[in-house]
Amino acid sequence: MINNAFIFIVVAIILSLISFFLDKNKTILGFKKGLKMFKGIAIPFLNILILVSLALYFIPQSSIIKYLGAGSGMLGLAIAAIVGSITLIPGFISYPIAAALVKQGASYTTVATFMTTLMMVGVVTFPLEARYLGKRVAALRNILNFIAAIIIGLLIGLIL
Amino acid sequence: MKKFLAKHKQYIWLLSYLIATVVSFFFGFNPGKKVFGNFTQFFIEMITFIPFLFIIIGLFDVWFPKEKIEKHIGQESGIKGIFLVVILAMLQAGPLYGAFPVAYILYKKGASIKNIFIYLGAFSSLKIPMLGIEIGYLGIDFTLARTLVSLPLFIAIGYLMEWYLKDKNFKVNNL
Repeated sequence: MINNAFIFIVVAIILSLISFFLDKNKTILGFKKGLKMFKGIAIPFLNILILVSLALYFIPQSSIIKYLGAGSGMLGLAIAAIVGSITLIPGFISYPIAAALVKQGASYTTVATFMTTLMMVGVVTFPLEARYLGKRVAALRNILNFIAAIIIGLLIGLIL
Repeated sequence: MKKFLAKHKQYIWLLSYLIATVVSFFFGFNPGKKVFGNFTQFFIEMITFIPFLFIIIGLFDVWFPKEKIEKHIGQESGIKGIFLVVILAMLQAGPLYGAFPVAYILYKKGASIKNIFIYLGAFSSLKIPMLGIEIGYLGIDFTLARTLVSLPLFIAIGYLMEWYLKDKNFKVNNL
């Protein structure tokens, strides 16, 4: 974690310096934009951290390992894919959840499948999608993405 | 009063948690202390990289405005067309349902069926701000592996959709 933070700090400083050297005003504008976006997510982010902290206290580590861990097999994959497809969790909020799951013993396969279905398959937003693409095409897109998410999960499990 | 509550719901949630934590520590309520331990760990994790990530995102936004790329969409085909829609998708932010209005614009501008679906795929999982958070939380290995595995699959889905919808009078509707 420390290493990760370190990378972000170094990259941010280097990019800021280059940007500042090229165009001072643009750089300040960029900072302002970044700050505005940060302000937008800060409170919801803190709230989700509270929720995850509570959930981790109530859900025993042993059941996370059992249902989403390396030994969970097809059941774990199915749980991850179905929960990810149905729930509508904003991306930036899903990452702390995913990281907590990994720390508690969930496998990369289930976490990657969960994340991918979360991002690409939308059961709740299906009616909206159908209005843009038509029912048949929207259904087809969701089904193909669901299959792709499982393939992605399995491949990541093989790689990592 | 009701309006006030609805507007500040997120602050109220945060505040009640803080009060509950203070009370837990005051009375030595162990579960409360443990939950706060979890929370502190998550908070430190977040605060060490998220602010820097947003500096990077802000700079990206001013140096690579997506409007510039949008102008060229539809005119380019082949590998260059795919490349452009993927880049355009990566520069966006927000949930997937925000991508459909842009899909409509792409459709209006004459982008191919394949590229519209590649855009939707890339939008859902390759947005730069999200990749940044992903690196921070799950590490560069996971993020790289997921990106490199996902991209070919999206492109394949794009081709599949185009093949299937070719003679079926496909169109994207505007709401």
